[in-house]
Amino acid sequence: MATTASKPELQSIPALLARNARDLGTLPAYREKEYGIWQSWTWAETADEVRALALGLMSLGIARGDHVAIIGRNRPALYWSMVAAQMCGAVPVPLYQDAVADEMAYVLDHCGARYVICGDQEQVDKVLEVQDRVTGIEQIAYLDKRGMRKYDHGHMNALADIAAEGRAAHQRFDAELDARIAELTYDHVCVMLYTSGTTGKPKGVVLSNRNIIETSRNSAEFDSLGRDDDVLAYLPMAWVGDFIFSVGQAMWTGFTVNCPESAATMMTDLREIGPTYFFAPPRVFEGQLTNVMIRMEDAGRLKKRMFDHFMEVARRVGPAILDGKPVSAIDRLRYGAGNLLVYGPLKNTLGFSRVRVGYTAGEAIGPEIFDFYRSLGINLKQLYGQTEASVFITQQPDGEVRSDTVGVPSPGVEVRIGDTGEVFYRSPGTFVEYYRNPESTASTKDAEGWVATGDAGFFEEVSGHLRIIDRAKDVGKMADGRLFAPKYVENKLKFYPNILEAVVFGAGRSMCTAFINIDLNAVGNWAERNNIAYASYQELSQHPKVGEMIEAHVEEVNRSVAADPMLSGCQVHRFLILHKELDADDGELTRTRKVRRTIIAEKFADLIDALYSGRNEIYTETEVTYEDGRKGRIKATLRIRDAKVMAAQERMAAE
Amino acid sequence: MKDTADTDTTPDGRKIGGVLMEMKNITLRFGGVKAITDISFDIRDGEIRAIIGPNGAGKSSMLNVISGFYVPQEGEVWFKGVRRGPMRPYQVARLGIARTFQNIALFDGMSVLDNIMTGRLTLMKSGVLSQALWWGPAEREETHHREKVEKIIDFLEIQNIRKTPVGRLPYGLKKRVELARALAAEPKLLLLDEPMAGMNVEEKEDMSRFILDVNDEFGTTIVLIEHDMGVVMDLSDRVVVMDYGKKIGDGTPDEVRNNPDVISAYLGVAHD
Repeated sequence: MATTASKPELQSIPALLARNARDLGTLPAYREKEYGIWQSWTWAETADEVRALALGLMSLGIARGDHVAIIGRNRPALYWSMVAAQMCGAVPVPLYQDAVADEMAYVLDHCGARYVICGDQEQVDKVLEVQDRVTGIEQIAYLDKRGMRKYDHGHMNALADIAAEGRAAHQRFDAELDARIAELTYDHVCVMLYTSGTTGKPKGVVLSNRNIIETSRNSAEFDSLGRDDDVLAYLPMAWVGDFIFSVGQAMWTGFTVNCPESAATMMTDLREIGPTYFFAPPRVFEGQLTNVMIRMEDAGRLKKRMFDHFMEVARRVGPAILDGKPVSAIDRLRYGAGNLLVYGPLKNTLGFSRVRVGYTAGEAIGPEIFDFYRSLGINLKQLYGQTEASVFITQQPDGEVRSDTVGVPSPGVEVRIGDTGEVFYRSPGTFVEYYRNPESTASTKDAEGWVATGDAGFFEEVSGHLRIIDRAKDVGKMADGRLFAPKYVENKLKFYPNILEAVVFGAGRSMCTAFINIDLNAVGNWAERNNIAYASYQELSQHPKVGEMIEAHVEEVNRSVAADPMLSGCQVHRFLILHKELDADDGELTRTRKVRRTIIAEKFADLIDALYSGRNEIYTETEVTYEDGRKGRIKATLRIRDAKVMAAQERMAAE
Repeated sequence: MKDTADTDTTPDGRKIGGVLMEMKNITLRFGGVKAITDISFDIRDGEIRAIIGPNGAGKSSMLNVISGFYVPQEGEVWFKGVRRGPMRPYQVARLGIARTFQNIALFDGMSVLDNIMTGRLTLMKSGVLSQALWWGPAEREETHHREKVEKIIDFLEIQNIRKTPVGRLPYGLKKRVELARALAAEPKLLLLDEPMAGMNVEEKEDMSRFILDVNDEFGTTIVLIEHDMGVVMDLSDRVVVMDYGKKIGDGTPDEVRNNPDVISAYLGVAHD
């Protein structure tokens, strides 16, 4: 499909859709599992559905430049709605479906959405709840009809009815719609995405057709994606990556987008589809690996020995075979046997049998986890990107994959490192602006188009790969002037399956301390195997045995941090295990599960004081927000533990 | 229904039709024990009717009379304008009455899907032999029934446990599977015996939503027994209150709440 230059008529997503309907008409475009089977739509059918929706929106009076908010889980009809909005000259704005009403109100108000398209009743309820605070919402549409019968339909429609109305009204609107589609150029807005923002209010990132289409083309060529590929669309629609994969690249290459039946069936659906191109944040890979390991603990002795033996072989030669490096014939034979007995069935269980290109990004991934998947022969790679770049800044080419770098600049992207160590980039995917926020636009993107990522990093001299250390603003100095890079230490901590999240403090202080979140799955299973009884997350987290185990992890991390002379000051002297999981609903994490440092520091100020005051116990009360928005308080007495710190001479020895 | 003249509309816009079932002067005795004494009330088409009362008030016995499992010594049961005599369970099912149980009664070793499929048994036409051979019409019929079952699975949001054996499910989900099986029979009248007993707040909220949705979407008439007063008052259109086998109140939740007999017998201090 890849043509070297974008032809003039392919300057918008609707134009690409028309091309696919013409050239690939009978090939599957979107699939969704519903009522227990995979329902499928060809490109021709997709084009027909999208046009009907667009005509329906026209009959509701949609105007050029209107914003259409889309809220729901990944479903074909919602993707079609986005393209339908584009056809009408409007701008689709996908929102995070798990956002609480307040967050939603801000975004809906900021973009001034006239139309809101919701997945189901739950989302409609949230929109109705904020409607008195948000001016400008004229029409609400919903996809799933369940429970919607009793609602006042004065300004509300089922999406299917909008499409039906569009089909009925096609003679009235055909000409106008065709004119609007024909107007679309590279400079028209393709989509607006709100960044979750680790600080402050979300910002609306405006991406043009040029951004999306050029980026989709470059990245599809980089990994030679084609019409035969399959992806699983399960990541939030509001996230730029999903838009690039499920709309941009899908439209460009003509591959098939598969939508799971529900969030809870994602793993089963993954296995059934067996995607060839797969993207997941590290936590998905971590979760799967933890599951495999937990199940192997319960497996019979023969199976366990077989697994251990062949995983050892895989760890030794698997990555080399994947990278096409020379491996002895006997090892190849061993690996082949392992593939037959262990890796093949395991990959099949995980749903990775057909994966040709797999990516992880968003957070650092633990080297053990990364190597585990690569040793199985799964081509898992890392990329580094952000919304403002239409995802891609750097990515790892096949055969040059390592767990501690994020690869070389993506095709068409220029990267430079600023004087302070901050990473800057310039690319065809660079965003147009932050919507209604010229100050932020100006402070992020300079006149020549260079964008500050806010991340500190450097290029490795030998390989030419980029390495990211931390958020530039988080990299600080300790009281005695030593370098403080919290993320670096947190990532090392999080590589232990027992640790879900870690937050390290120490800027301007004499020593580093940390909050730890245990992983209920892993620690709960461990507790079960060791006959440790617990009634709640809180009780388990404060169990002395759990404390000892985490202490051992922290000390191991200290040892490895001490080995790096630049960062040895970041060893964790004291830590406590939090009594609640850090949660996006409480504002402690972003919707993409990044730690919001300042909010946590404010909220748990009493705990931080205790860490630095030398006490070994602290009583605390914390406000929590339940899923339905109600608030409650939890009380706990937390133990504070001291961890061994490696002395300076040991550090010298390590050098 | 028998007549559409006396149709009412509830404040939230649902249609409530004429009388679907009528209990006239029901008295039920077990030996010398009177479980139910001279109770009369009606159930209208499309409504959610609750039966409440303290422990031992005779609620479950009443439900068993409605389902035809117990035959009262005195009184008449009228269903769809016809007086009902003693019946076998399959006859009850064919009439369009389905129920769930206070203590879950599912097949533990079978998958969720298979359990729900059993709910369609009375609707299947092909015989045992052709079903076993799974040939021709039997195959087509199973596909049709599976489609209906899948709609229910989708409706109750249990797609992720479709293939899981019921025995491995937690209590709240088993209750939901039981509701699914009852729905699979496409009942006209659905009897729920304490659908929310032993559930936590979130599970109760989910179950309440499903009950309302079932009533709204399929127009199913629902009779339910429940202890959680908040749930009963929110869900039901009309409430029958029983105490020691007698009816002491009948009416809308508000009427029942303000009925002095009911307050002294049941709600009393508990609900203020």
